Amino acid sequence: MAIDATPASAQEAPLPSTVWERKPSWIARIPQPVLVLAVGAIFVAIWQVAFSLELVSPILLPSPGATFNQIIVVGTNLLTGGYMLPAFWITTQEVFIGFAVAIVIGIGLGVIVGETAIGQKAIMPYLVAINTMPKVAFAPLFVAWLGFGIGSKVALAAFLAFFPIMVGTAAGLHAADANARMLFQTMSASRWQTLIHLKFPAGLPMIFAGLKNGAVLVVIGAIVGEYLGGGSGFGELVRVASSILDTARVFALIIYLSLLGVVLFALVSLLQRRLVFWHTEKAGGASLD
Amino acid sequence: MTQTTSDPLRRLETSSLADDVFTLRHVSKTYATRNVEALKNVSLSLKRGSFASVIGTSGCGKSTLLKIMAGLISPSAGSVLLSGDPVVGTRRDIGLMFQQATLFPWSTVIENVLLPIRIRDGKAAAKAKRSEALALLDMAGLKGFENVYPSELSGGMAQRAAICRMLVTEPEVLLLDEPFSALDEMTRDFMNMELQRICQEREATAFLVTHSIVEAVILSDVIYVMSPRPGRITKVVEVDLPRPRTLDIMGEKRFGDIVAEVRAHLNESSGHGH
Repeated sequence: MAIDATPASAQEAPLPSTVWERKPSWIARIPQPVLVLAVGAIFVAIWQVAFSLELVSPILLPSPGATFNQIIVVGTNLLTGGYMLPAFWITTQEVFIGFAVAIVIGIGLGVIVGETAIGQKAIMPYLVAINTMPKVAFAPLFVAWLGFGIGSKVALAAFLAFFPIMVGTAAGLHAADANARMLFQTMSASRWQTLIHLKFPAGLPMIFAGLKNGAVLVVIGAIVGEYLGGGSGFGELVRVASSILDTARVFALIIYLSLLGVVLFALVSLLQRRLVFWHTEKAGGASLD
Repeated sequence: MTQTTSDPLRRLETSSLADDVFTLRHVSKTYATRNVEALKNVSLSLKRGSFASVIGTSGCGKSTLLKIMAGLISPSAGSVLLSGDPVVGTRRDIGLMFQQATLFPWSTVIENVLLPIRIRDGKAAAKAKRSEALALLDMAGLKGFENVYPSELSGGMAQRAAICRMLVTEPEVLLLDEPFSALDEMTRDFMNMELQRICQEREATAFLVTHSIVEAVILSDVIYVMSPRPGRITKVVEVDLPRPRTLDIMGEKRFGDIVAEVRAHLNESSGHGH
């Protein structure tokens, strides 16, 4: 039974309907892929104009067309197993091994710094000091220690990438709220149990933020290692191409390199979605309640 | 645990304490860093199976008192005994509950409920307790929600799951820190009735920290009125209303009289003359 609370006098003249909806802006109605392509097209158009008007010397800035050609050339070389494929494989190895090393060191140190008093008080200052150093400057040292092979590149890649992972882990271990800790105390949980069942899972969102930063840095580390330490990776191809001012080739190579970074980043994101499915970014931060 | 009977604190054989689950004598707490006197000379006893509340304005030391009783922090002076044993650290026969459900979002409801067992006695014990935990969820009206993640529960349902987690270890004493104050009033009334039923069913001893007078009166056998700075108990009000109590009791004159009495004491102790 519906109850009509309107007084009888007001029922006589029907009021106009006031059903309304908020109109989305015209940008919001365009599908995202179209927008992405449009922005890309605008960028290429500006590039083409800059090239045609010779705003930048053609020796330094290749035309979009020449770059596109080189993308095809490098792509075919990679797909047909040409000489670039082994180079790409070497760099891929450096990136993935470097990332694995960075994760082990980063999470290991993060637990020490986040969990122990000596780590927090005595070790952290050294790590912060190391982080403020220009880490790339260590590259020649890594070459001297580990040679011109893959080892020195892995070392530099891991050296660059471990810090954000460590900071994410150390900070993440403090993410659990006070009540959750008290609850674990009343359960008489051991330090290890509290770490495994409370602090680590509660810290996963921050640990993954560190991993994503690390995933970007590890690619940079591997390439800089190759620039400065030789070897036969993809960075070497970039170096050779730029030394003969084949800038279109350089751009094309960089695009394939960025693919490597994108794949690594996507893998981390995928893992995050699997493990931290419960985390919702609320305007208040942590969602432990 | 080994107990030396020569230590006067270890076992209190005094007859007046025999029925008491919790005994606090002259408990004081001063936070050294800020030199704040949070508690001053608090003495109280919880009779087995009774429901006691402590009520006071925020910042009067209620939560400090609860933490001392739970063995989470040490008092600066005084004695705390649980079933005759000194409380010097957390105890497994205590169940704790907060204003927030504090369920862990990465675990399902049943995993959350079984967590204390898993931490205490291991995975196998948790597995063995599963049917018992399911029965608890059933009792709390959460049948069919055992494999759901906490994010899918409403505030009231989450608190009910938290009750199950507290009860799964069969604690002797329930320490409740404003457990339902984040809920809407209708849900809160309902949860209070549930809490009363659970406590009676299990003959549990409960200690509730609250700032709701009505809630304290409807649930408690005895109400401790606290005043702030320093936190101390200024009045003990016995609630002689018959059990089981229903929400209808709020309309009765005796209920209104007790509420008025507690309110008067609260106003007096916190210095509000009106």
